[in-house]
Amino acid sequence: MSGLGQAPEAERAPATGLSPAAVGQTPQVAPLLEVDDLTVLLRVEGAERAVLKDVALAVRPGEAVGLVGESGSGKSMTARAIDRLLPRGAKISGQIKFDGVDVYQMAGADLRSFRNRVAMIFQDPRAHINPVRRIGDFMTEALRTNLKVPSAQAAARAVDMLGQVGIGEPERRMRQYPHELSGGMLQRVMIATALLTEPRLLLADEPTTALDVTTQAEVMAILDELRRDLGLAMIFITHDLELAAAICDRTVVMYAGQVVEVRESVLLHDDPLHPYTAALAAARPDIGRTATRLAAIPGRPVSAFEAPAGECAFAPRCPHAADICRAGPPDLAELDGGLSRCARAADLRGTLRGADHD
Amino acid sequence: MTDPSGGPVLEVSGLRKEFGELVAVDDVSFAVPAAGSIAIVGESGSGKTTIARMIVGLERPTRGTIAACGRDRSRPARSARDRRRRGSEVQIVFQDPYTSLDPRQSAEATIDEVLRLHHGWAPDRRRARVAELTELVGLDARQARALPRTLSGGQRQRVAIARALAAEPRVLILDESVAALDVSIQAQVLNLLADVRESTGVSYVLISHDLAVVRQLTQDVIVLHRGIVVERGSTSSVLDDPQHEYTKRLRASVPRPGWKPRRGALLGAGEGTT
Amino acid sequence: MSAAVPLPAVHPRRRAFSVLRGTGVAGIASAVVIAVATLVAIFGSMLAPYSPVAANISLTFVGPSASNPLGFDFEGRDVLSRLLAGAQSSMLGPLAVVVGALLIGTLLAVVAAWRRGSTDAVIASGLDILFAFPGILLAVLAAAVFGVGLLSASVALMIAYTPYVARVLRGAAMKERGQPYVAALEVQGASGASICLRHIVPNMMPLIVAQATIMFGWAMVDLAAISFLGLGVQPPTPNWGFMISENQIGIPEGYPLPALAAGVCIVLVVIAFNVLGERLLEQAQAAR
Repeated sequence: MSGLGQAPEAERAPATGLSPAAVGQTPQVAPLLEVDDLTVLLRVEGAERAVLKDVALAVRPGEAVGLVGESGSGKSMTARAIDRLLPRGAKISGQIKFDGVDVYQMAGADLRSFRNRVAMIFQDPRAHINPVRRIGDFMTEALRTNLKVPSAQAAARAVDMLGQVGIGEPERRMRQYPHELSGGMLQRVMIATALLTEPRLLLADEPTTALDVTTQAEVMAILDELRRDLGLAMIFITHDLELAAAICDRTVVMYAGQVVEVRESVLLHDDPLHPYTAALAAARPDIGRTATRLAAIPGRPVSAFEAPAGECAFAPRCPHAADICRAGPPDLAELDGGLSRCARAADLRGTLRGADHD
Repeated sequence: MTDPSGGPVLEVSGLRKEFGELVAVDDVSFAVPAAGSIAIVGESGSGKTTIARMIVGLERPTRGTIAACGRDRSRPARSARDRRRRGSEVQIVFQDPYTSLDPRQSAEATIDEVLRLHHGWAPDRRRARVAELTELVGLDARQARALPRTLSGGQRQRVAIARALAAEPRVLILDESVAALDVSIQAQVLNLLADVRESTGVSYVLISHDLAVVRQLTQDVIVLHRGIVVERGSTSSVLDDPQHEYTKRLRASVPRPGWKPRRGALLGAGEGTT
Repeated sequence: MSAAVPLPAVHPRRRAFSVLRGTGVAGIASAVVIAVATLVAIFGSMLAPYSPVAANISLTFVGPSASNPLGFDFEGRDVLSRLLAGAQSSMLGPLAVVVGALLIGTLLAVVAAWRRGSTDAVIASGLDILFAFPGILLAVLAAAVFGVGLLSASVALMIAYTPYVARVLRGAAMKERGQPYVAALEVQGASGASICLRHIVPNMMPLIVAQATIMFGWAMVDLAAISFLGLGVQPPTPNWGFMISENQIGIPEGYPLPALAAGVCIVLVVIAFNVLGERLLEQAQAAR
């Protein structure tokens, strides 16, 4: 892959200029995953288009990080870049380190071991499971082929894991085919499968979006509980701020292929640092009350390549935009224990309220 | 536009739909007054979309009656005229903005076709009405002339709303019409729908799984579980103080600030082998 | 909602060009071959340097010369003139087959998709029965009943091809029928006929054009075979398929050129139609 890890370490280290604490590191614990300066270009209709711009984030062992954004924000693309699942022809620069090792420099045994330690679950389980193979076969494949676990032992572990994700009669389920299970059941099978190789990082890309709300609540609870029990780190991708906040320690908000805010999840709704986060929380209708008018954000979300150049990507839609916002693209800067990519972030402290509708 | 009889603009009573052995909708009744709004809430398999399709005539009820503006519509239309009249009584906006427009037609052409179908107007008058409708839903002149593939999801949904309004319906069915939109766009379209109700007096039947959207847009609600109405009432009272077990569970499952997902509350209840 | 990409309505002719560009070098080369063949089919008789039918036994199988670059055939007629003049009947037959089969096939496909249920089942089983008859066999039957000639051969092939067209297009029509925009038009009260004609069929057009192109190649081969058997175009009308048949006696005697020249014309045109058709089909499927 192009451009990765070729520059000397000394040149890339100060890339973001942020203190370790701000990007989620503590001096004592080295981050499990470190993404720095990640820029991705895709070829679309003959032209190269940026989908990610200078994305930086870090995940500590055992930490859950939410990745929130609307369409085009680059949240799924970030997960794909981490798991080396980008489409052919993608141009990548920047660095992704897992356990201190550059992911894009891995090959052979290292890469296989990386694949076992980083698991991914997707929005549509049916699209990622072979419909003509039995559940048991699908679940134990990685164990049997990559980790050389004997079949009987692999099956026993799969049965045990199905029990842990709350699936009754696991032995019978192992013999069934995907079409015999409902969507929520199948997503739990995917989670169980992802956990079988004892990964250290789980990439969950909108795993509950296609499910009913009651099923979603159940699957979220299982995900949260197992993650904590196993000490697993997770990146949870969603378009729903509240959903991310429910099970993630920190939330990363993305807009137009960039990280615009990093904040402790519990603070995000009531005390956001970036106007976009505030606007997103305010635009969502409230189940507890009817607003005379919703605080809609004008315009539509844009991708990195559609964003205006030379100014803040959110400025055209931002109610707080001023001359300084159009003077140049703002940097991701520390503020009150979080990060915000807003030139006016300090001025606006205390005035951004997510829950304010009327 | 007032209903001559003064009664409800839409009245559904004892509605039932069977697909072979499966009873998708069982004994559902409700009424919508002029300029009123009702939500039909439920999860997948609850039968809510089947009810919408029966009201607009895309499915035929096994039993029960549907009447709009006092006229029965539970049996297939017998003449082209009858079909068009039904079209001018009840309209629908679907969920998926990407497939609900003909890819070869611009917004203007889409709306104009409906105007030609319903009114014997001269081209000038139709053109003026197309401009009025595109403006009402917030599309600029360039967007109105563009093909759907160059429009965003929210813009397409505006076109679909304008197309439905072109028939000047008394009732508009919103079948998960904002579910596929980004949060920031969803708010725009919900505001638009509120404006449209204000200016046209149209009644809404909102089919949705999203309780927050239901709260924002409707006065009354019925909660559907496996084809059966389990709870009904004003939207605020049902959502603030749900009575039925299922409604309570639905309400408790909605992510909100401070919400924590809990496990085990519903094992074996709604979920299982298909 | 400011960032929408402005896209003016595209002129249909310019769209045809962009479709063609998308088929690649092979597709464009095929289109050129087809265009040349079509021009020859229209103006071939005028371009022919000699009469395509004037026989002169003394020139039988005389080889190429400067004035007759492809030599003479078994009756001493100029081969180049016969090829040029023969393009018309060789292209017209497949055209009739394709147009006929497409009209009937599209109609059946759309009616089946629109009505669904029992209508669909009746049409499907009717097509299954037709599938059982090979085109050539139908042509022989037609020749026996209505007499030999291009018309009865074309009609027979038209009937034989219809089930193929109908089956392929039925799938596409079903898919279009299930689109929410069609349901929206139904709810408006638009008639089935107008929805089908104004929306469903136009949206199937890329697939229909691709099918037509591929089928033209098949029809040309089948009609050539039928003419070879003597059941198609009748002498002395020049026709590529029949030219192979009438000049095959030259092959064992060391004069293969007249038969070969006609064969090459057929192969070139058939390959061109097939390549272009496949490319168009790929494009139509990629667009869905």
